[in-house]
Amino acid sequence: MMAQGAAPVLKHTAQDGAAEAIHVENLHKKFGELHVLKGVSLSARDGEVIAIIGGSGSGKSTLLRCINCLENPTSGIIRVNGEEIKLKADSHGHTVPADRKQIERIRSKLGMVFQNFNLWSHMTLIENVIEVPVHVLGVKRDEAIAQAEKLLARVGLAEKRDVYPAYLSGGQQQRAAIARALAINPRVMLFDEPTSALDPELVGEVLKVIGDLAREGRTMVLVTHEMKFAREVATHVVYLYNGLVEEEGPPEQIFGAPKSERLKQFIRNIG
Amino acid sequence: MLGLLHSIEIALGATCLGLLIGTGGAYGKLYGGPVVRDLLAVYTTIVRAVPELVLILLLYYAGTDLINQALTAIGYQRIDISGLAAGIAVLGFVQGAYSTEVIRGAILAIPQGQIEAARAYGMSPSLMLRRITLPAMLPFAIPGLANLWLIATKDTALLAVVGFYELALATRQAAGVTKAYFTFFFAAGVLYLLLSLFSNFLIGRVEAWSRRGMPSLKEAR
Repeated sequence: MMAQGAAPVLKHTAQDGAAEAIHVENLHKKFGELHVLKGVSLSARDGEVIAIIGGSGSGKSTLLRCINCLENPTSGIIRVNGEEIKLKADSHGHTVPADRKQIERIRSKLGMVFQNFNLWSHMTLIENVIEVPVHVLGVKRDEAIAQAEKLLARVGLAEKRDVYPAYLSGGQQQRAAIARALAINPRVMLFDEPTSALDPELVGEVLKVIGDLAREGRTMVLVTHEMKFAREVATHVVYLYNGLVEEEGPPEQIFGAPKSERLKQFIRNIG
Repeated sequence: MLGLLHSIEIALGATCLGLLIGTGGAYGKLYGGPVVRDLLAVYTTIVRAVPELVLILLLYYAGTDLINQALTAIGYQRIDISGLAAGIAVLGFVQGAYSTEVIRGAILAIPQGQIEAARAYGMSPSLMLRRITLPAMLPFAIPGLANLWLIATKDTALLAVVGFYELALATRQAAGVTKAYFTFFFAAGVLYLLLSLFSNFLIGRVEAWSRRGMPSLKEAR
């Protein structure tokens, strides 16, 4: 069921000098009274694969969704590519992006892959993949199509280019969604539990595609429940518990020699 | 024949105006601030509460009078508002209130994830409206909007009360002159029917196109 290719995994370990693609500092997020994130910091340098793990309700998806302001953080600092997202308080006291153009520009550099794929249902796969390059990034249509065909071939969907998403399996839809994310040539890929909505037999095909991306040195932040996969591809693992980073470190340490009792128990329960 | 043409002109114009108002209204109701939402709530509630005939009389006579008073107040000549423009404006205003609710419901029916994906990829609000929201809501809106269009074609008959020359008035005049009531009203009925049938055919095509990404329900029966 897991994508464990025969070839040994060569992890790209970020050099000390590698630029910081994502920097999150002391992030808080409240939904009304509910304090979901209570001061989380996170850093992803170029080439790193950060896996965020944790139980249900630990805030791991919220953390990921704050990076591109799909959820607006209540307070904290987010830098993408060294550029800090400008936030302000609106008339209700909620924190919102201060500069729409800036947040749109930053979002167009982050390739987001959702739990429920979220392909646009009125567009064929190829139209889904070229949509953002053509209409947001201003790439010429024929160039975008050529690029999209390569990407669809890469995720094994070349012959499905003119099919609408509803006619495809979940695994195929998620691979197409990954192609859509790659089409913007993202600085960082954000994965929000990409295999949680899939039938067990379809998980492997999606993990294989993500694993290949990790191996070629893509910078990624990955929220996942697939512990074996996280151990295999991540360069750094962050364990969230109740809105705080309980423990973090290289995967060998997190999975092999966890220090915190909660993490030990989490790994026992899930393994 | 001129009467039918006028009816179609008014229905088309009113529906287009109604769609514009409806799209803006739905957006305002869903994403607008509290003031915008309240104003739109007043608009849709009142327009949908008052009989259309009353609204037409009110808007037509009071509306043209108000415009002329405003014009004289700022020193312009009084103008004669054409029946066509007034008819389109009045019916469009009414259609807009109903369309607002139809389109609002259709936007709410779009799977939220598709809107979220558009935001996550940096689409501006206007691009998102054009590329994602409108095409994605269309299959949910078409049945309701088709109803509104068919109602609009027949609401044009109400404009006869303000003396606008359309199919119903033309029929009444022709029947009155010739005393062949049955023939003329039957013919008018057939014309309305043909207009509806032709509309149904076109709407069916548009609906099939708008549902292109959705599997047919036939197998689910």
